[in-house]
Amino acid sequence: MLKQFFNWVSNPAILFSIFIVVFFFIFPPGEKMYRLHRRLKLDKLWTPVGGIVFFSLLAIFFLWGITDENFRLIVFKPDNIPITALLFLVPFFLWYSMKQARDNDLRAEKGEPPHEALDNEKVLVWPDLVYVEFICLILSMALMIVWSLFLKAPLEEPANPTVSPNPSKAPWYFLGLQEMLVYYDPWLAGVVLPTLIIVGLVAIPYMDINAGGQGFYSFRPRMKSISIFLFGFVVMWIFLILVGTFLRGPNWNFFGPFEFWDVNKREVLNNVNLSEYVYIFLLRTGLPKNILVRELFGILLILGYFAIVPGLLAQTVFKRLFQRLGVVRYSFFIVLLLMGLALPIKMYTRWLFNLKYIVSIPEYFLNV
Amino acid sequence: MADTETRSAGRGGSARGGGARGGRGGSNGSKGPNVLQQLAESQVIKSIFRTGIPRSRRQRMMGVLNNVFLHLHPVRLPKHAVKVKYTWCMGGLSFFIFLVLTITGILLMFYYRPTVEAAYGDIIDIGSQVPLGIMREIHRWGAHLMVITVWLHMFRVFMTGSYKPPREFNWAIGVLLLTLTMFLSYTGYLLPWDQLAIWAVTVGANMARAAPFLGHEGPGASLLSIGDVNFVHAGADAKFALLGGRFLGEATLLRFYVLHCIGVPFIVMILMIVHFWRIRKDGGISGPT
Ligand code: HEM
Repeated sequence: MLKQFFNWVSNPAILFSIFIVVFFFIFPPGEKMYRLHRRLKLDKLWTPVGGIVFFSLLAIFFLWGITDENFRLIVFKPDNIPITALLFLVPFFLWYSMKQARDNDLRAEKGEPPHEALDNEKVLVWPDLVYVEFICLILSMALMIVWSLFLKAPLEEPANPTVSPNPSKAPWYFLGLQEMLVYYDPWLAGVVLPTLIIVGLVAIPYMDINAGGQGFYSFRPRMKSISIFLFGFVVMWIFLILVGTFLRGPNWNFFGPFEFWDVNKREVLNNVNLSEYVYIFLLRTGLPKNILVRELFGILLILGYFAIVPGLLAQTVFKRLFQRLGVVRYSFFIVLLLMGLALPIKMYTRWLFNLKYIVSIPEYFLNV
Repeated sequence: MADTETRSAGRGGSARGGGARGGRGGSNGSKGPNVLQQLAESQVIKSIFRTGIPRSRRQRMMGVLNNVFLHLHPVRLPKHAVKVKYTWCMGGLSFFIFLVLTITGILLMFYYRPTVEAAYGDIIDIGSQVPLGIMREIHRWGAHLMVITVWLHMFRVFMTGSYKPPREFNWAIGVLLLTLTMFLSYTGYLLPWDQLAIWAVTVGANMARAAPFLGHEGPGASLLSIGDVNFVHAGADAKFALLGGRFLGEATLLRFYVLHCIGVPFIVMILMIVHFWRIRKDGGISGPT
């Protein structure tokens, strides 16, 4: 019963929606949301008690989970161990940084400096730093040796180009990208979007011109940038990796964490292109021969998305931001943001309308 | 407080042997220099570590300055920057794991031959025939660990706002390091030449095929042609460049081997040098001003 519930909840559409809604309450991007966040006492999550409760729940879920055979099978697959570790490491460091951020925010409200500023006396590298480094080094070496003693590095059958495994998965750190393949064609999911992730990361220091909150943990002075970054890092990157690793089985079908990976599971694929929606369901004329006419609506939609939406936002939600950033910075920011949002948008149009492609020109391998 | 002896420290000063005892050695109640101390004061040790046992403040500072490895660090730094709480030690760990991977990788290279016939068997032998047969394990799990520590390091740098001026460029260097770390892992993934390896790499190679303009199944590729002559086709595109052929095979293995063992680590090392240099030049670990 409970397992069925978790299988159901784990469906990417549901889990992702829950994450999106919860995320902005926990990491409010603006002052209004922040006040709500404080009033709901959600910031208590970043206290020791909050952390203990959260991690206990996570641990209980995990321990209960591994009583199930299917759950064990994916969680303890040798090459999945790092992701199982991530399942705990990312929340832990998220909590650890946010705890210090909250402490500093509370100090700032009382007009006190961040706690890092209290530690400004100078110490010598030898022995103070070398000592810390040495301990870190020993511990990590011990970890690697123990890990290696107990877990053999996987080695499967010799390579055989004629037999492809099902599912055929990239290394785990690329599974977020592979998961994007569900929604976008390889040229976008595998080439354009990764390039934009790199460009976007490099661009962060040039777009975030808020000079506050440097050199110490804080949340409130940097709400916007932190919530955008964390949305990308935790929800879009880590979450998609978890989905790609744990919840995608044969034929890249979705399988709940307690579900058997049945090779014969069929998922109805009745995805429809935008052009088909327009010409077949709406106008009932059948697809036109001319490619440009056929894809006109999709192309207009995309052009509008990148040409009109930035201007609209600049005059409404992002008015202050636009003034602060100036045209060049704002353009970079908004294009990257819109590209980033294109993924969740496509996810939802897929889940809600079975939309396959907005623009589909297979003749030129151009599918969006 | 240690200033009186500081002035006489250095090579000559500590030759007095007992001179520094008043500073610290005295507190543990030892009488006279013991064997270990005598050893540490010997000509051999002193010729290696120029400053002798770092007892006084000055000796400690000179010890860091005089050592090519330690002098990556500043001599003094604010206390918060030393705390694990602040940096999580993640950058340092990334570097350390990189070193571990280099060493284990060199050991693996003694036994591994990058050919389609030999690769798989060599991997088995490395686990079963070679003494200390966990080198492959340490190398593989270490690689996973490094990807994780580099991500967490980036995460820490973001959360402390340490990418802000003057550290923007070092953040950019970091992003390149992150990308290359993952590319290193990816190229290494192929080398065991098992089912896991070739199919994981195939997933990536198929993306190269679809690269805009550069892949033969990518949008725009057909525009790069004059008349009937296509410049981008299955025999000359991004996938071909990655695999060294139309399909995954011998040439791919060699290509990935060279990239994995020499090409990418070479670039990574250069970038790390820049990264570390810039940390110092940008004013050391960030802190509240
Ligand atoms: C192979 C990968 C990397 C290695 C070995 C490395 C190493 C280090 C080390 C040892 C430090 C000193 C402070 C600390 O330990 O936190 C540091 C600081 C820094 N790293 Fe990295 N790093 C790597 C990747 C990255 C990445 C991916 C980024 C960001 C995208 C980055 C950005 C920075 C910045 C901005 C600093 C200065 C932080 C401060 O002043 O507080 N590094 N790095």
